[in-house]
Formats: sequence, C-alpha cells, structure tokens
Amino acid sequence: MSVLIYTENWDGKFKKVSFELASYAATVAKAMQLPVIALSLGPVDDSELSKLSAYGVSHIMKNSDERFNTLDNQAIAKAIALAAEKVKATLIVLAHNNLGKAVAPRLAVRQKAGMVSAVHGLPFSYDPFTVKKMVFTGKAFSHAVIHSGVKVITLASNSFGLVENKVDFAPEAFETGLGDADFVTRIEQTNKITGKVLLNDADIVVSGGRGMKSGDNWGQLEELANLLGAGTACSRPVSDEGWRPHSEHVGQTGKIIAPNLYFAFGISGAIQHLGGVSSSKIIVAVNKDPDAPIFEAADYGIAGDVFKVLPQFIEAVKEVKSNG
Amino acid sequence: MKILILIGNVPDTTTKVKFNADRTAFDASGVQWIINPWDELALTRAMELKETSGGAVEAVVVANVGRAETEATLRKALAIGADKAIRIDADPKEAGYVASQLATIAAGYDLIMAGIEAADYNGNAVGGMLAEMLGMNSVSAVSGIQIENGQLKINREIDGGSQVVGLPMPLVAIVQKGIAKEPRIPAMRGIMMARSKPLEVVQPIDAAPMTNMVTFEMPPAKAACKMIAEDQAKDLIHLLRDEAKVL
Repeated sequence: MSVLIYTENWDGKFKKVSFELASYAATVAKAMQLPVIALSLGPVDDSELSKLSAYGVSHIMKNSDERFNTLDNQAIAKAIALAAEKVKATLIVLAHNNLGKAVAPRLAVRQKAGMVSAVHGLPFSYDPFTVKKMVFTGKAFSHAVIHSGVKVITLASNSFGLVENKVDFAPEAFETGLGDADFVTRIEQTNKITGKVLLNDADIVVSGGRGMKSGDNWGQLEELANLLGAGTACSRPVSDEGWRPHSEHVGQTGKIIAPNLYFAFGISGAIQHLGGVSSSKIIVAVNKDPDAPIFEAADYGIAGDVFKVLPQFIEAVKEVKSNG
Repeated sequence: MKILILIGNVPDTTTKVKFNADRTAFDASGVQWIINPWDELALTRAMELKETSGGAVEAVVVANVGRAETEATLRKALAIGADKAIRIDADPKEAGYVASQLATIAAGYDLIMAGIEAADYNGNAVGGMLAEMLGMNSVSAVSGIQIENGQLKINREIDGGSQVVGLPMPLVAIVQKGIAKEPRIPAMRGIMMARSKPLEVVQPIDAAPMTNMVTFEMPPAKAACKMIAEDQAKDLIHLLRDEAKVL
C-alpha cells in the first residue's frame, strides 16, 4: 500500500503547488506508515524531478511521453490509475487546480474510490479517514469521511504549505502502454499567460473591484503586484464589464483562492466575493465606503480613495524592499 | 445532436449559510432554491447553440437527482427553453451516488454539459465521474463551445493560460464562467410553455455512497479590522511586514 501524488509540470517545470502536494503527502504517508510516491507525466529533467525530494518524496515514477502535454483528461486519468495499481495506492492526492479537478473524478471511478475535493490541510483522523473540506463556496467547512478502501482527494492550494525535508532522490521509469487512441484532445491553439504569477500559485494577490472605475486604471495595481511578486485578480462586476479577463475573477462563481495576503481595492465585499477569498490568511481592504462589508472580513483596512492609497503602498513597498 | 444538461438545485448564492443545532446538516429553513449558477450558464449556452445551429441541435434535455420539491428548479430550466426534464427521485447524497444515478439516463446524448462545481457542497466531481462511467470523453474548465461543421470547438482554461481544443463526441463538457455571458431569464411565454413540457420522474438504482459529511463548521471569526488613515497608508505596509509578517 502507498500514498500516490500526481505532480503536474508546466513546460517541464514544477510549481509551488507540486511541492505543497509533496510536503502534504510525505506528512500524511508518515502518519499512515506508508511509502509516498510521486508520478510525473510528460518531459521533465531529472534535475527538476529531484526538487520533489527536497519535500520528503524520494520515490518518483516518471514517464516522458510528450503526448501528456495535451492535458488529455482521459489519458492522464488512465496513466494515474495504472500507476496507482502498480504501487497499490490507497490514497491518491491531486492538486485542486484545473487539471486536478478534471482528472480526479475519472480516476475515482476507475479505482472505485470515494472522492473529496478542495480538502483543507491534514486529515482529522485516518480511521475513519476524515478530512476538512470547503463547502458553500468558502462560507463554511465540512468534515467529510471517505469509506472506500481507495481514496482520492484534491488538496486546496496554500491549505497546508511547504515542509522542507530532504530525502534521497530515486527516479524510476514508468511505462503506461497508452496508444494514440488514448489521447483524444486535439490542441488547436494555446495562449499562455507569461511573466505573471498564477492565481492559484500566488502567495500574494492584488485584486480590484468596481471602485477602480475603469479597466484603464489597472496600471498602479499591476505595478504593486509586480513589486510584490503577486498575482492579479478582480471581482465579478469587473470581469463582467470586460475590464479584466474572466480567468482573474475570484469569488463564488469564479476562482476560490487562499493566498497569505489578499489586497482588495475598491471591492465592496458582497457575500459571493467573500466566499472566494475568506480563507486568505490576511486581507487588506481599501474602499471609500467605511461601511462596506469587506471591512468585516478584512484584517487591515483604509476607508479612503484607492487612487490616493495605491501610490503610497507602491512607495512603501519599494522602501521595504530596498531596506531588506 | 442531442444535448443533456445536468442541473443542480442549490441555495441562492446570497444565502446566509446556517446549520442545525448539532451542526450535522444544512438548515434549509427560509432558503430560496435556484439552478446551480454554472449549470444555468450551461443551459443558456445550449439554448444559444440550438437557436443558431440551423437544426443541428435537435433537443436540449435537463436532468437532476432530487426529490419532488426540486421540480420548481426543473420547471425554471424548461422555462428558459429546455425541451424536456428528467428527475431521478432520490436525495443527492454525494458525487459518486449522483453520477451513478445520472448514468442510468445519460446514454445516447452527443454532448453532456455539467457545471464545474455545485454552489452547495462544491464537489467538482459529477461531470467527470459520469464521463468515466459512460466511457465518454471529457474536457473541463470549459469557457466556450462552438459547433463548426458538425464538430465541437472548445475553449478551456488551463493552469497558466487558455486553449482552443477539439474532442470527438460523445463528450462531457464541464463548464465554468464565460461559457455564456449571463444566464438567460425566462420570458413569460417560456414560463407558460414550461407547464406543458414533459417532466419525467425516474426511480433511482441502488448505489452505495462512498463518502459522507458528518459535521459542519463556520470559518473562524475574524478579529476587528485594524483601520489606518488614508494619508498614513504607508504604515499599513509596515504593519504587514512587522506585525502580520506576510511581507
């Protein structure tokens, strides 16, 4: 028996989400007294794979088949299922991101496993296997029990964090035997977001709402985000107006995020928005209306003009950075 | 082409979430029920496809797993324009259970659309599970669907960007925001017509739930927000570094 994680790569590189999965699975596997194994699909150099061993995972199964770069849901689910059978995985952990959400349900059916998504942190107990899970889009949590012998979970990003624990690096080639007929997704066009921090991966997120008044006013907000190495986000009206892309919308019908630090500029804090960001560790709100509901969810607030506050924040962050 | 839309019956998104006294179940008293927002967008897009496809889309059917009280939600889907509704008469216990029920009625469709999650228990699972059970292809985080020369052209969000992809039918498309601009509001004529459209009730099959939610908790209460004056904004950045230690 074992704990298996699927560590996704982006053009051959891992992101923080994979290191968080490794940290999490190493901790869980230790408590369950089981080995932990990572599966990597698609071309990744050994030097990159070895980074997983800094977070407690030594045993890495790798398959360099380029066809996995099509992110074909059915082929990836099949490959993880084959790996899971090979190592007799009783717990399979994926990231709660676009790919994890797409593949985990297929995998659960294949493995006759119960599945719980958006798991927060370590299980409460291992027998019965009980985890904390977000419900009502961040407005509450439940304690969910998985009864089946094999269990599949997706881990909410930033809900556990990174735990450095250097172990030996032992990669092993893994053959899937998948044929061309197993890959059905044909890619016609790819638009990569380059030079920006992914929202789900971001430690800090800088977000703007209707109070920004126009899509043309995002310059200072982006400048602050760049200085902080932060991702940028927005509230629903902003993406509905087309000021920013839908992919930046955080809230009930957009993305659910949980960064260490969330800046809300000109966001009033409708209940649907708060659901999407309430698991953030620290929330900073700037809004001209002192009675805006965002201040009930925030840790630090300024009741004032975002366009007067942003330049001061930018200057202060530059000072903080230059002072080390 | 026949399209099936999976419909969830969920509390209105503005609902203040409450649980019963021992926190073992959601307190549904006074709650307004709606079509799960992503499912409503999927249905809206299906209607647009039907209207613009020049007859290529023959039928749009909606289905849910729920008791009789969820029929109001299905009637709303019919009022938006679906041709027929199917209700599987069971409590939607968990994703695997719901997908097992839907698998009994979902064969024979060329395109099945499911919302990427449900606004109540956020399972993110029914669409993908159903696809695997039926041996269908699936694609997730779909933010656009077009029909071109009888083939589906799909926009999907990936971690770190977006793609245009093609997949053969039959296909389960798990859809998110962007699939339709905004949900369609039923017109009076649609509401009248919905009354006479077929709503078929199907008996459930035995399926053992593999997960259950034993208890609920609210997020920890926040301490009062520390307010800083507008002209002292720089102090806030120093507090983030020195007090909150997040910079």
